Amino acid sequence: MSVQENYKFVQTTRASRVAGLAGVVILIALIAAPWWAGRGDMRLLSEIFLYLSLAALWNLLAGYAGLVSVGQQAFVGLGGYGLFALAMFFGIHPLLAVPLVALIAAVVALPVAVLIFRLSGAYFAIGTWVIAEVFRLGFAQVTSLGGGSGTSLPIGIVKSIAASRSMRESVSYWMALGMIVLVLAVVYFWLRSRHGFPLTAIRDNELAAKSLGVDIWRTKFQVYVLTAGLTASVGALIFLQKLRISPDAAFSVNDWTAYVIFIVVIGGIGTIEGPIIGTLVFFLLRGFFADLGTAYLIILGLVAIVVILKSPTGIWGWVSKKYDIALFPLARRVIRINPSNEDRNAS
Amino acid sequence: MSDAPLLETHNLISWYGDFQALFGIDFHVMPGEVVAVIGANGAGKSTLINSIAGLLPGEAGSVRFAGQSIGDWPAHRIAYLGITIVPEGRQLFPSLSTEENLIIGGQTARPGPWNLAAVYDLFPVLAERRHQPSTSLSGGQQQMVAIGRALMSNPDIILFDEISLGLAPIIINDIYAALPRIIGEGMSAVIVEQDISRALKVSDRACCLQEGRVSLEGISAELSRDAVNQAYFGI
Amino acid sequence: MEWVNAIIQGILLGGLYALFAAGLSLIFGVMRLVNVAHGDLIVMAAFLALVVTQTLGIHPLATLMIVIPVMAGIGYALQRGILNRTLGDDILPPLLVTFGLSVILQNGLLEIFSADNQKMNAGAIEIMSIPVADKINIGVMPLIVFGVAVAVIAGLQWVFYRTALGRAFRATSDNQSIAQLMGLNNKHIFGLAMALALVVVALAGVFLGVRTSFDPSVGPGRLIFGFEAVIIGGLGNLWGTLIGGIILGVSQNIGAQINPGWQLLAGHISFLVVLAFRPRGLFPRIEG
Repeated sequence: MSVQENYKFVQTTRASRVAGLAGVVILIALIAAPWWAGRGDMRLLSEIFLYLSLAALWNLLAGYAGLVSVGQQAFVGLGGYGLFALAMFFGIHPLLAVPLVALIAAVVALPVAVLIFRLSGAYFAIGTWVIAEVFRLGFAQVTSLGGGSGTSLPIGIVKSIAASRSMRESVSYWMALGMIVLVLAVVYFWLRSRHGFPLTAIRDNELAAKSLGVDIWRTKFQVYVLTAGLTASVGALIFLQKLRISPDAAFSVNDWTAYVIFIVVIGGIGTIEGPIIGTLVFFLLRGFFADLGTAYLIILGLVAIVVILKSPTGIWGWVSKKYDIALFPLARRVIRINPSNEDRNAS
Repeated sequence: MSDAPLLETHNLISWYGDFQALFGIDFHVMPGEVVAVIGANGAGKSTLINSIAGLLPGEAGSVRFAGQSIGDWPAHRIAYLGITIVPEGRQLFPSLSTEENLIIGGQTARPGPWNLAAVYDLFPVLAERRHQPSTSLSGGQQQMVAIGRALMSNPDIILFDEISLGLAPIIINDIYAALPRIIGEGMSAVIVEQDISRALKVSDRACCLQEGRVSLEGISAELSRDAVNQAYFGI
Repeated sequence: MEWVNAIIQGILLGGLYALFAAGLSLIFGVMRLVNVAHGDLIVMAAFLALVVTQTLGIHPLATLMIVIPVMAGIGYALQRGILNRTLGDDILPPLLVTFGLSVILQNGLLEIFSADNQKMNAGAIEIMSIPVADKINIGVMPLIVFGVAVAVIAGLQWVFYRTALGRAFRATSDNQSIAQLMGLNNKHIFGLAMALALVVVALAGVFLGVRTSFDPSVGPGRLIFGFEAVIIGGLGNLWGTLIGGIILGVSQNIGAQINPGWQLLAGHISFLVVLAFRPRGLFPRIEG
């Protein structure tokens, strides 16, 4: 018998099929949340979804493409300000503005990427920080958007989302849920696709990937622009919920980068499951340490450092290695489908 | 010559990640001896040298020098014992000038005849280029610097790792011609070489490695060409 | 005339920025590590000096006698305890660990000292100035800082190129394995390099604290200035870093002359311009 008849490539795993089923059930429950969850719960869930979105995107950038950015807040803020500007100056409906800012951010990300791709490694990281600072300082100069103190979303625009407050909150919630589903789907299918498949190769061994003909620069460029756009949409949703924006809040390193980085590192960098675990851990810890404020950040920082030094692949890395499971399988495994004569005789 | 070996390995095993490079090497050098280590590419010659030098992890008793177990010592500690290496591919420090490369070799110096003046006497061409960046020298001159760098510490034993690699035959001849003066009185040496005849000519004893194992050992002058070829290629 | 003044002030400011940058450059040169917490360490040094002046009542500049050895010790311990473990081929660990460190330092300082603005009083020397021409005065303090920056860079150059320690730094950064064969303990050498870098950080912190006000959150800003000075000047070139700092300082001051709110932005823009047209900086010596 030929090799092809004896072996085949398999990408799904039993765990992933179970997880897939569980995921569908959970998704249905989440869609129905406005009917069983309270206001506070929905806000919390929205926050979780949006943080998870940021984490999944940062993970795609850093964990897969090796582009460590400490400046993604540039696009979060760009998205937020973009939404406010589109709604206030161009009369565009806020819900339409959310996907629109993604396009704007992607276009802005083009020259930004050309500039900062001249740097590499840690210098690239700080370069992204500089870009975020430039955006922050720039928007602080725009008086029509409130300058340094920021502005609130006019009531008329808020009301245009939906008539009643409870309806508005449901819409916000569903947008956030839609966002995380979209982001996870995009990340997963991008990595499985022709465009994203090189990323896993790049992450594992950039030199080898290059020697196999992978266009490193173009792949990284695409990922950078893609994540910029989606991050901006997340930012738009964040500030749509807050109803108020200011340069310091929009471009906050702590809120949009530090927490995100800690989430991904603790959960497991370079895996799709990692950010999910990390977000859950983050919010669990926050529940316990909420009142500590700065101490919470210190604790997070310490935990992150310990994780990087002891288990660089995070919680999920440890779990998946110990139990050999993958919920979002990306690796293609070879399995034998026809037992050989020896196997048959042995059993 | 005393009876105890100056340098010896016992069942030396070495791994590069998942790949086992050495499968239990027993090897020794008596004081004042010159031992050749020959073998094909990938036979494990450099791995042997690096293990002795402490650049690869090992068990305590697998390497002994002057009666001390050094198999688990870090390289920077072993460097002070009187073992030096002329590494494969020269590996000079590009950020250092010729003279600085020599000086840094003397960091672990013990009393002895070798110093900057003595090295310049041995290789006069280096004196002319002493302040130039070491990378601006020709291949042969760089090899001289690498040898000089090793001599500066006044070692008891020098391990030469493929000093003829990448050099023109004339240059190789010159360097091997200087070898007796380099090794001088009483110094021990291990010469790793792919060139069999050269290796056998300059050494007292020879040891052949083949795929991580010792395939032949004996007095260089007494080894037949056939035996060596068999041991070298494993046929 | 205000323009000339602005430019002169910018040049002197460049000295401070070069001080921020020198330690960063040193560490990158020796171990290819970029310490994201660099700016926060500068702020920590400033707070350390503050505590020393307040408890001992000595002049801020005199605190250097304590701050320098303490910071050097912290640098050695930090490198050998934590940062040495992150060195290797992967760029993520050192970046993420030093980022975590940055967050911990900022918030730690916030917990201990609160977010209040602080400034150390160096006395009469702060208001003294040297009249150079009609309406142009050069402040004595900024001049001292500039002088210290030049001295530090000259000192570092001397260490690197004229001492055994500098040889060890260069050899270890070239080739860690062969350096070990020379008897050099990499872990120890890197520890010393970080200690030296934090000596510079100590100077930077003390002079920061005297020259301007500071609070726990200004660390990243100092890191960015240092980083921009290094990139503008060119990697691996300490004198280039001084030039980079000067260009940055001058750009900022010219921007401030046009519009006070544009000061920082003007600096970032000249950085981006250099990045666009001379990605390796003006006087590069090594690859990033």
